[in-house]
Amino acid sequence: MSVLAIAEHRRGELRPVSLEQLAAGRDLADQLGGELHTAVIGGDVEAFGADLNREGVDAVHTVDIGEEFNHDVYTQVVTQLATELDPTVLLMPNSVNGLDYAPAVANRLDRPLVTDVVDIDAEDGLTATRELYGSKAETTIDVHAEQAAVTIRPAEWPTIETDGDAAIEAFDATLDESAVRSTVKGFEEVGGGDIDITDADVLVSVGRGIEEEENLDIIHDLAEALDATVSGSRPLIDNGWLEKDRQVGQSGKVVTPDVYIAIGISGAVQHVAGMKGSDTIVAINTDPNAPIFDIADYGIQDDLFEVVPALTEQFQ
Amino acid sequence: MKILVTVKEVAAVDDEFEIDGLEIDDRYVTADLNEWDEYAVEEAVQIKEDHDDVEVVTVTVGPSETDETIRQALAKGADRAIRVWDDALDDAGLLDPETKAQVLAAVAAEEEPDLVLTGVQSADDGFGATGVTLADKLDMEWGAVVNDLDFDPEAGVASVHRELEGGVEELTDIETPAVLTIQTGINDPRYASLRGIRQAQSKELTEYALADIGLDASGIESPLEQTSLYEPETEGEATVFEGSAEETATELAELLAEKGVTS
Ligand SMILES: Cc1cc2nc3c(=O)[nH]c(=O)nc-3n(C[C@H](O)[C@H](O)[C@H](O)COP(=O)(O)OP(=O)(O)OC[C@H]3O[C@@H](n4cnc5c(N)ncnc54)[C@H](O)[C@@H]3O)c2cc1C
Repeated sequence: MSVLAIAEHRRGELRPVSLEQLAAGRDLADQLGGELHTAVIGGDVEAFGADLNREGVDAVHTVDIGEEFNHDVYTQVVTQLATELDPTVLLMPNSVNGLDYAPAVANRLDRPLVTDVVDIDAEDGLTATRELYGSKAETTIDVHAEQAAVTIRPAEWPTIETDGDAAIEAFDATLDESAVRSTVKGFEEVGGGDIDITDADVLVSVGRGIEEEENLDIIHDLAEALDATVSGSRPLIDNGWLEKDRQVGQSGKVVTPDVYIAIGISGAVQHVAGMKGSDTIVAINTDPNAPIFDIADYGIQDDLFEVVPALTEQFQ
Repeated sequence: MKILVTVKEVAAVDDEFEIDGLEIDDRYVTADLNEWDEYAVEEAVQIKEDHDDVEVVTVTVGPSETDETIRQALAKGADRAIRVWDDALDDAGLLDPETKAQVLAAVAAEEEPDLVLTGVQSADDGFGATGVTLADKLDMEWGAVVNDLDFDPEAGVASVHRELEGGVEELTDIETPAVLTIQTGINDPRYASLRGIRQAQSKELTEYALADIGLDASGIESPLEQTSLYEPETEGEATVFEGSAEETATELAELLAEKGVTS
């Protein structure tokens, strides 16, 4: 009855979700009355292993194969680790890389997979909480299986900061090279435009509620009146209406301005990941149930096409 | 060469809605083609336009009510469509990624595609796992969250960018046949032309039951059971300005001025 959490790192650093998993994993292990194991694969496993030795962790397994993430390697190694350690719950991050190997591992282990969970409980069988329809609704799911694989949503659990006294052990995985059919060539930084939205004190951020590219004029007018910088949610960047380096969110920039005005943005988790640290968050949205209002400090539940010009006028 | 694209109809929920048991009441739900699948279809159609003899086939796990949505993909240039549905799937309740992948894999086994494109996730249940599960079932290589694709059919290599967090992309070469999960922004999905919409009506849409693709209906059982559906409690304590647009704008302007925002 144990829990195994697979850490994630990139370019020499453990990603925070690796430590958040330990909080989620410890809770689960307590409910199951078992041990919490964590594992790290590739890179400077010694340093990562030491860093993962946090309070509540019983064992850290280090697998010294490769430098950066490769899903073929991770799939093989995690499958072997889980076969050997036989955890009741296998935790993996619901990150871009997590989603690049967790489904394959679950398939090989013949375990049900529940992704992007925001809460999980093992008191009476495994029950996971997930969000549906872009966070408009939440659902609980009972997992009818003895053992399961779960990916947890980043930034939902705290990171464990206190050191622990776990056993740190090297795990010998055998790699079938012929089954490594992808090669990671490197990384590329996106953006490089001349504007840095992370520097702005005030961001006027616009989402799909703006409907048409022409309508962006009213946003630019507002930004000018406020002496603010324009940023946006992903659909605007996908449409080419704003440059790539103006995207706020998980795959865009993380911003922490004094004031963030979210206009016609629903507040999808990947967007919120990039702006929840803003000092004051203002949302203008017609949908009173839009998840953006959950994290906003101030809200206007009305049509942006009426509110935005009226607001601009106030500053002219 | 054949490209198989998985497409799905998703439910979009109105601003105001009511929950009826484990579902959102039908009155508040509209059906649409999954946003991520739209980009996958476009990517396939663009490859078809760039190479000779490419067939683009869509595959859907869903009931007959989804036909209209599937035809959107045909109208945008897919050649034919396959849809699989069965009472057993209807009864299975919450379809987990594994169950969906099992069905899609059976279709792929018959179609023998050179490339499979799926959306990164579906907008309604958001599991984000069907594509990679499918790849593993087919013993194909894969890549998740692909936002740039350069496919060389002769060399059997897909050079992709995988969009990681924080504005970083991973550049990876993937041996094909492979399953790629397609991220929005990879292309600029076209609107269906009137001609496309007309033509879509006469394109082939094959319906299969599980037995038709060699699957045993009794083997279909989802290990996941949805036990509740509710509106999440709002943790936020947003101060909501009330009144006309002029009134709320004035209040917000005062607040912003207080926060030191001036022109
Ligand atoms: C792997 C991955 C990474 C991602 N990374 C990012 C990211 O970095 N950044 C990001 O933003 N997204 C990201 N996304 C996409 C994200 O899931 C959402 O699709 C996106 O954030 C939605 O943008 P939106 O809020 O502008 O649009 P929608 O969700 O469509 O919301 C539009 C909002 O506008 C409101 N509205 C409509 N009309 C009006 C009006 N007249 N007045 C006022 N309000 C109105 C609606 O009520 C709605 O709430 C990512 C997704 C994935 C899968």
